[in-house]
Amino acid sequence: MRFHFKTSYDQDIRLFPDWWNFSLYVALLLLMLVLPWLIDGFYLGEVTNVLIWAVAGLGLMLLTGQTGQVSLGHSAFMALGCYSCVNFMELGLPFLAAFLLAGIVTGIIGAIIAIPALKLHGVYLAIFTLALAILADDLIVILEPWTGGVNGYFAPVIEIFGIEINRWAAPETWYYLALGTSIFVALLYRNLLRSPLGRAFAAVRDSEISAQAMGVDVARTKTLAFGLSCAFAGLGGALMGLFAGAFNNETFNFLIAIQLLMMIIIGGLGFIHGAFLGAIVIAFLPQFLSILTDNLGSASIPGLETGVFGMILIAFILFEPMGLYGRWLKIRTWLELFPFARRDMFRRQKTYLKTERLR
Amino acid sequence: MDVLQLLLSGLANGCVYGLVALGFVLIYKATEAVNFAQGDFMMLGAFVMVGLVNPHFMGLNFWLAVPIALIIMGALGYLLDLTVLRFMFGQSQTAVVILTISLGFVIRFVAGVIWGHEPQNLHSPLALGDVRFGGVVLSLADIAVIVVTLLMTLALWQFFQRTKLGLAMQAASQNQMAAYYMGIPVKRVQGAVWALAGIVACVAGILYGSKGTLDISAGFIGIKAFAAAVIGGFGSLPGALMGGLIVGVIEPFAARYLPTGYSQIAPYAILIFVLVFRPHGLFAQVRVKKV
Repeated sequence: MRFHFKTSYDQDIRLFPDWWNFSLYVALLLLMLVLPWLIDGFYLGEVTNVLIWAVAGLGLMLLTGQTGQVSLGHSAFMALGCYSCVNFMELGLPFLAAFLLAGIVTGIIGAIIAIPALKLHGVYLAIFTLALAILADDLIVILEPWTGGVNGYFAPVIEIFGIEINRWAAPETWYYLALGTSIFVALLYRNLLRSPLGRAFAAVRDSEISAQAMGVDVARTKTLAFGLSCAFAGLGGALMGLFAGAFNNETFNFLIAIQLLMMIIIGGLGFIHGAFLGAIVIAFLPQFLSILTDNLGSASIPGLETGVFGMILIAFILFEPMGLYGRWLKIRTWLELFPFARRDMFRRQKTYLKTERLR
Repeated sequence: MDVLQLLLSGLANGCVYGLVALGFVLIYKATEAVNFAQGDFMMLGAFVMVGLVNPHFMGLNFWLAVPIALIIMGALGYLLDLTVLRFMFGQSQTAVVILTISLGFVIRFVAGVIWGHEPQNLHSPLALGDVRFGGVVLSLADIAVIVVTLLMTLALWQFFQRTKLGLAMQAASQNQMAAYYMGIPVKRVQGAVWALAGIVACVAGILYGSKGTLDISAGFIGIKAFAAAVIGGFGSLPGALMGGLIVGVIEPFAARYLPTGYSQIAPYAILIFVLVFRPHGLFAQVRVKKV
């Protein structure tokens, strides 16, 4: 066990607590950089998919894991990011500019939508955002001049500094694009958490009343959280649509938003690692199930994927609410403290219900 | 006459939404949680009925099958609480939301495995006759839906106002700890309300099945029922019915008078509008809390 004896506040907010930790992440980065030489094109495409889901997941994580607001409507913002990116590209902007601009536009629109939504709590916010996600589907059809309606769009050719990003001819280019975006978003996220704003997010999540008492502007914090979260989700959505090659109103169905939420819960709410772990589960589960049904010799069962997914999620909520990363933290702590780990070290406080209704 | 016809068929649809919304409200009133799987409960209730009544399954008499289906769904609701939801005691509302969404996924999967993915018809005596008065044609099912919904709402409303169990449910939601100290078996009360929600969902399912074809994605009308429950104000039983009727009536009129593409967004647009301007619904149950 390594002890972190902190003597200043700077030590507390360092990106990496020590050299060992730093070298682990460097090793991971190196592994990811040489990955195209280690695995074939198909699996590289799958890993790209994982990274794209992770980018969108980080967006929702910022809102749900860090600020404690549930959104079932992030598919709407993913769609917005995707369509605005394509529209900017058609206006003649280079891809990188269009991509970042799409994120910014999505963030601003998300923040504007957040202003009326802020009055809502818990379940009401979930329903509000769910309605947004369903509306988005219909709005895409209505706004045909910009979105191509039901026929949708084919992804335009992407070029960055003269290099063409092509999924089929050169899967590694797409992989590096997704990797670069996910590292960019993860670093931004991590640094955000070290800033006063990130601390305010956590304060709002843990108790709005005490956050207010400590001088946190709750409305502003929530709006910023929603906006930033939508911006990340927009980036993820742009990548997802372009990676799919063709997309229409069905691509960003509200079920995508629900899947996104479930993904970050399986991964572990409130951890950056959780978004990536959840993305691995969600991207590889269909492959895994199809291999399994093939080996068992049975015909493919329609709806098996969502059914199994639901069961996994129920198991997680009942037995491991902290998700995969939380389970890893517990195992690690147990190993580090052996034999002094206690069972109740991670016990959460229960809150008993009180309502504000009168009848 | 046209307007009257639209109004009446809208009312019948609205009653189904209202019935699903009643299920939401029941659970919300007693446990302060929202059951996102209520629509799928309804779908399951309808399919249990299909399994009992339709000739290529068990082929029972319709009126014999109704109480059996109600009992099955009630038991299922209670068991679900016993095995899954009871462990959510003391955890956040958000966790329950996600849990019930995934329960919906599982229910849809199980129903798909048992009854298949093709649309089916419930062999219901209600689906046969038409009633006409004036120039208005109403199917027997529509009338049954309206009558049953009104009766259910009235009965449940009285149940919460008058009976001991109903009051215990309200107490358990207002302050779990205090209710427990007062000798209310909070966990069993919660089980009872889930059983009740299963029964209400089953009634809604039978009526929905009598009105038209069924498939396993029928549960998605739960989203429209959300609109109904929110418009009525979560926690108010008559409000849920009113909300359901509002959504149900607006739909056919929007389909008639708005350009295509705009009509199906009407219920959700109203939902958002109500949430923004009257966050606690038209029949608000929340007053400013006194400290």
